[in-house]
Amino acid sequence: MTTAKVSSSKQRRARKAFRANGAYHAAGIAICLFFLAPFVITFLASFRHGTEARLPPLPPWPTNGLSIDSYLSLDTFGAGIWQHTINSLLVSLATVVLTVAVSLLAGYGFSRYRFPLKNVLFVLIIATLMIPFQSILTPLFIILAKLGLNNSLLGLTLVYVTLQLPFSVFMMRNAFDAVPKEIEEAARIDGARDLRLLVRVLLPLVLPGIATVAIFAFLNAWNEFLAALILLSSNEKYTLPVLMMAVRAGRLGAVNWGAVQAGVAVMTVPCLIVFLLLQRYYMRGLMAGAVK
Amino acid sequence: MTGSGSKTLSPQRKRRRRSGWRGLVYIAPAMALVILFFVMPVIFTGWMSLHNWPLMGGTRWIGLKNYVRMFHDARFLSALQFTAYYTVIVTIAIFAVAFPLAIFVEKQRRFVSVYRTIIFLPVVVGLATASLLWVWLANVDSGFVGPALKALGLADKSPNLLATFDSAFLTIIIMVVWKIAGFTMIILLTGLQAIPADLTEAARIDGAGRWQRFRYLTLPLMRKTIALALIISVTGSILAFDQFYIMTSGGPQNRMISVVYYIFNQSFVSFNLGYGAALSIALLAILVVLSIVQLWLLRVGEERP
Repeated sequence: MTTAKVSSSKQRRARKAFRANGAYHAAGIAICLFFLAPFVITFLASFRHGTEARLPPLPPWPTNGLSIDSYLSLDTFGAGIWQHTINSLLVSLATVVLTVAVSLLAGYGFSRYRFPLKNVLFVLIIATLMIPFQSILTPLFIILAKLGLNNSLLGLTLVYVTLQLPFSVFMMRNAFDAVPKEIEEAARIDGARDLRLLVRVLLPLVLPGIATVAIFAFLNAWNEFLAALILLSSNEKYTLPVLMMAVRAGRLGAVNWGAVQAGVAVMTVPCLIVFLLLQRYYMRGLMAGAVK
Repeated sequence: MTGSGSKTLSPQRKRRRRSGWRGLVYIAPAMALVILFFVMPVIFTGWMSLHNWPLMGGTRWIGLKNYVRMFHDARFLSALQFTAYYTVIVTIAIFAVAFPLAIFVEKQRRFVSVYRTIIFLPVVVGLATASLLWVWLANVDSGFVGPALKALGLADKSPNLLATFDSAFLTIIIMVVWKIAGFTMIILLTGLQAIPADLTEAARIDGAGRWQRFRYLTLPLMRKTIALALIISVTGSILAFDQFYIMTSGGPQNRMISVVYYIFNQSFVSFNLGYGAALSIALLAILVVLSIVQLWLLRVGEERP
């Protein structure tokens, strides 16, 4: 009698836990649906036929068979989608390479050397975080023009690298601080000096930090809109977000929504892939930023 | 072992101090970039703000006239007002969504990391991309939201969400929450996870209810994290541009011009570069004041743990 009671209460508790668990995951799925749906709808809709592009995505998946019409119509804007994708890739990858190189050197310098004004200079680099780059775009525009770098992807890249520096130098200095000095001393005794020591011995040890710096540099450069809008003035130089303004504006008052969907897909997919592959390093950077 | 280590260390240290300038060589590229593309532009902005500075032709020193003009510029004042309104509403909306989400994904259980990742996905795409995506979703004829409402019988005809101020504003708020909530969630999550589990356990045993534990334990302990998330959200919102430029082009009756949008218009549409610089200095001052408030908030958090 008593055992039956115990087991039934146990069962009841188990059933309650099961139901709570079910409710939890039902809520989880509903939340995920909200955050995923815009992506999924756009990707699916971008593969509809050209004739369907104007129609609402109900249902979002292609009903008349797959087609790349939207991507073809996107290609008719500006200097062609390949050109603008290459522009965006060039700027983003150059930003990654330069940011990693510059912040690697600076992080090493700040971590391992003593020199006059060291703390002042470090604070100066970090303090630029306080000042929004949106407020200095006009002089940037003029300075780049003086340097002959207006309307150039290189000029835009240098601006992006500068914007990445506070975070990146901070990350790299911490990465070097975490490397035991003994390793360096041993390598020095073996005859490795300066740059060779840095590249051969220390570089592999700070790779996680470099990965974090590289991901943030890539995503920020790939996604940036306002500076590119102001600093690039000729059609064939536009990066993807700036090109998309022409698509958004439409022709003769009509917006080609198929091209918009295709453009969103082209701009989104690289970000999602980079994030999903390197999520661990991305989150590390976020935590480091949050703690400090 | 330690003895030999310290022996090799001391000549090293001497050598390093002697070559003290070598460190400067390593940081030189970074310093050059920061000085050329950040420090100089900031100083230059201040200089320009004291001039009448058209795109072509000569510049003329006019002292503080740009600043005087600013205070009488009704459009600038309304841009300030709109930006403040947007910042308050969007920050409340982000927290109202992100805090429950952070609590939702806090405990380690099945699929939680999948939920976290999916909620975070919109954070890594650009704000410009997100704006573009949502301007399509919100389109009256070819979009998703309006036609879906009509198909479900919730509206007689597909509503034009971006046509009136209130519905366009609501659409932008929802877009930004979709885009940013994952970020704020992760920040708040780090704060939640830093609370020692035995503390909550002790409070539970002492008979504190769920709400009491949240109000008197979780919230005070998360003060620093909340301050940080708040500051990131506020500064980000004050600098908002992409969503208004792309989604509503300044909005119905030009009522959605944010401060950065107005500076953009003055500098790069009307080419009043000097006046644009003065507006930039004002924006900069606002944000520096906010940074000081931020430091103060964080300090207060330390005093009362």
